[in-house]
Amino acid sequence: MTNKPLLSVQDLAVAFTQGGKQTTAVDGVSFEIDNGETVALVGESGSGKSVSALSVLKLLPYPAASHPSGEIVFDGNNLLSASDTDMRKVRGNRISMIFQEPMTSLNPLHTVEKQVAEILKIHRGMSDTAARERVLELLTQVGIREPETRLSSYPHQLSGGQRQRVMIAMALANEPDLLIADEPTTALDVTVQAQILQLLKDLQAERGMAMLFITHDLGIVRKFADRVCVMTEGKIVEQGSVEEIFSKPQHAYTKHLLAAEPKGDPPQTDLDKPIVVEADDLKVWFPIKRGFLRRTVDYVKAVDGIDIKVRQGQTLGIVGESGSGKTTLGLALLRMISSNGRISFNGQDIQQNSWKEMRPLRRDMQIVFQDPFGALSPRMSVSDIVGEGLLVHFPNISAEERDRRVAKALEEVGLDASTRFRYPHEFSGGQRQRISIARAMVLEPKFVMLDEPTSALDMSVQAQVVDLLRDLQKAHGLAYLFISHDLKVVRALANEVVVMRQGKVVEAGSSDQIFDAPQSDYTKALMAAAFRLETASVSGVISE
Amino acid sequence: MDSRLNKDLENEGYDVLYPLAEEMAPPPRKMRLSPINQRRLQNFKANKRGYWSLWIFLVLFTLAMFAEFLTNDRPILAVYKGEVLAPVFVDYPEEKFGGFLAVTDYRDPFIQDEINANGWMLWPPVRYSYRTVNNEIPVPAPAPPSWMMDKQERCQRYPLGADDPNCVIGNWNWLGTDDQGRDVLARLVYGFRISVLFGLALTVASSVIGVAAGAVQGYYGGWVDLLFQRFIEVWTAIPTLYLILIVSSVLIPGFWTLFTILLAFSWVALVGVVRAEFLRGRNFEYISAARALGVSNGVIMWRHLLPNAMVATLTFMPFILNGSISTLTALDFLGFGLPPGSASLGELLAQGKNNLQAPWLGITGFIVISLMLSLLIFIGEAVRDAFDPRKSLA
Repeated sequence: MTNKPLLSVQDLAVAFTQGGKQTTAVDGVSFEIDNGETVALVGESGSGKSVSALSVLKLLPYPAASHPSGEIVFDGNNLLSASDTDMRKVRGNRISMIFQEPMTSLNPLHTVEKQVAEILKIHRGMSDTAARERVLELLTQVGIREPETRLSSYPHQLSGGQRQRVMIAMALANEPDLLIADEPTTALDVTVQAQILQLLKDLQAERGMAMLFITHDLGIVRKFADRVCVMTEGKIVEQGSVEEIFSKPQHAYTKHLLAAEPKGDPPQTDLDKPIVVEADDLKVWFPIKRGFLRRTVDYVKAVDGIDIKVRQGQTLGIVGESGSGKTTLGLALLRMISSNGRISFNGQDIQQNSWKEMRPLRRDMQIVFQDPFGALSPRMSVSDIVGEGLLVHFPNISAEERDRRVAKALEEVGLDASTRFRYPHEFSGGQRQRISIARAMVLEPKFVMLDEPTSALDMSVQAQVVDLLRDLQKAHGLAYLFISHDLKVVRALANEVVVMRQGKVVEAGSSDQIFDAPQSDYTKALMAAAFRLETASVSGVISE
Repeated sequence: MDSRLNKDLENEGYDVLYPLAEEMAPPPRKMRLSPINQRRLQNFKANKRGYWSLWIFLVLFTLAMFAEFLTNDRPILAVYKGEVLAPVFVDYPEEKFGGFLAVTDYRDPFIQDEINANGWMLWPPVRYSYRTVNNEIPVPAPAPPSWMMDKQERCQRYPLGADDPNCVIGNWNWLGTDDQGRDVLARLVYGFRISVLFGLALTVASSVIGVAAGAVQGYYGGWVDLLFQRFIEVWTAIPTLYLILIVSSVLIPGFWTLFTILLAFSWVALVGVVRAEFLRGRNFEYISAARALGVSNGVIMWRHLLPNAMVATLTFMPFILNGSISTLTALDFLGFGLPPGSASLGELLAQGKNNLQAPWLGITGFIVISLMLSLLIFIGEAVRDAFDPRKSLA
């Protein structure tokens, strides 16, 4: 019994049938997990890692999904041939799961107590009072402060980190032997991510449970996993201990993945370059209205008195956690939302300009958005998407000239211009982000706001996009405002950095100074969490 | 970018998209459907029921549009004393043929003899219009369909009985007559035409107004939305039917009066759906991207947001169309619809109700109305399938 693995997946295949066509998502995957061990499944999106994990609990959309081959043996039982009744006894009891998105994995209409207690009542038949005690115990274990007051909270009253803690409490309720964590920290801020990872590690050590950890983040794997399986295109191409994989990768794909960190140096700071965008004491306050007369009682200070300068050919990085006002700041600078304070663009004061007066200036200031899937209209061809700005700002050029400029912009961002009559859904995430960049670049702007342009992309694609952005900056002398929570990417692109928190600047300076010798406690904690996945105990940061 | 460069990029781990063969030359853009529309057409054809319904409906609709050539109380073409006449299009005075009426009655045996003696005439397959009263029906109106009687019985009222030149198949009442001796088939054809035209016109007009109103509310939000929504709530509280009853006691309701009154209330049906789609859509990143490009609000609404709202609109469209048709039918049934004497399906149903001894009236009306409404719903379902983004963008 001792040398038998807890979970053994042999030659697992998953196929999806849609419209008579069969696509194989997972093809001959085999791995094993021993008691108390953490195995990480690593791969980029679409590599089949989540599908493999979901098939362990048979949570795929059957009968559209099927298993042409393979077996999944958990503690001596083959789960693939188990009946639904037997599966229900395993799910949430012996094997439980944490999902990626804490916003949607909790039912918004049920209280925390009801959701966590449900699993106890189903599998253990606990009474209300017994379940309540156990829920309190679990919430304390996962580090939720004052659990008694949280019992009757609804999910929307909790922060992202707290929600994920509740999810973990649910997963641990029945002391499972195996915990499957599907990207449990991807949707969270770096400091919260570090806390959640630490929590999982502690709980695992305490209970000796095994963990199947699905992630695309190699930093997490290196720190938390015992063994790694590298997946690509539905196959495990390499597996071994963490030390082996990271020090002596064998397969080309593993090497590629390891080498895919964003690299390169940001532009040199040059104070002689002209200032493109400047803001003094910029404020964006959203009023909170109460009462019958909707009187303004208070403000949400999303951006609260910020001064920044962006110079030609330079990149200003804006760093902060979600809700810190980074994007609001960027949108206010481009006059996409109303604000107070002086904004000047190319020496011209633009704060008082009407929307119409702004239109000619929009040619010179462009935005690249975060989500490559949401930022392109699904019903327009690539050529129409990229050419739309030309229609607005160069209405007099001929259709041939417009087509020529679109083709040139697409080639500049590394896309084949002959694909311009296709539609966005035919492109991968990285290619779509290139299309978004081409849409901004076709107008030959002077200033580009990059709102988390890499965070929705796979690691290796991130590196490509960072390279592309740097090349474009060099070629055209662009000024970038680079907004990101990903400090590694900021480090590779920005020569100056502003750290924001709750609408205010915590620390600002050259990027070397911020990254190598952070002054404020908050910046230090951020750096520790981002680069070393550590939870620095700084007052105010551990607020979960 | 040439292929050598592609290879290099690929070796470095970049994802490279190779062009398809047909993409090497830019396609002539206006000549063929875009890929999305091609897929939509395929999806539409894949819904066999809807596809066949469309063809059946198109055939019926085309036939009904040429109703004057199919069922009419005047010849399509006549040659009289060497002159070519087109009575379908032109009202010739009867004195041209030696009579005295202002408009020629071609069913009059005297006129028929006169024309046949000096030329010939081409009759449509059914020699009745929707308001032609058949004076030669063998039994008191409503008369049963002609095929239920033998030739002697059918033609007993003609001057020469079964040997009369008018005792021909063109003078059959295929579906009998109504209680005023008018041919039911002729009234059906004309009634079908006016119902469908009324329904289509009302649907198109109310969709245009409804989509525009919903778009403006959803896109601008805030006070515009608030005031407009409250207005719509007050407006929809007015009972349409009573209003029509009141109006029809003052005015004689015609096609356009009914159209205007119904339009005033039917446009709200789509506002909610379109408003919701625009409210959702205006926060999409590609809308922000378009705003950042300086694209004007009108263009954003038209080019970026409207396509999103179209699926929801198209889902509702068949129901609005059928709703319009059945409202008109209901008004006619109650006697508050089109002016007396017009061809209308509702009036046919009312006659069926009043003349239970003549089941051909009610049964015909029922079959035609249910067939028409079902065909339109099936077509609407197929159109909705075709525009379903999960199918056309998968």
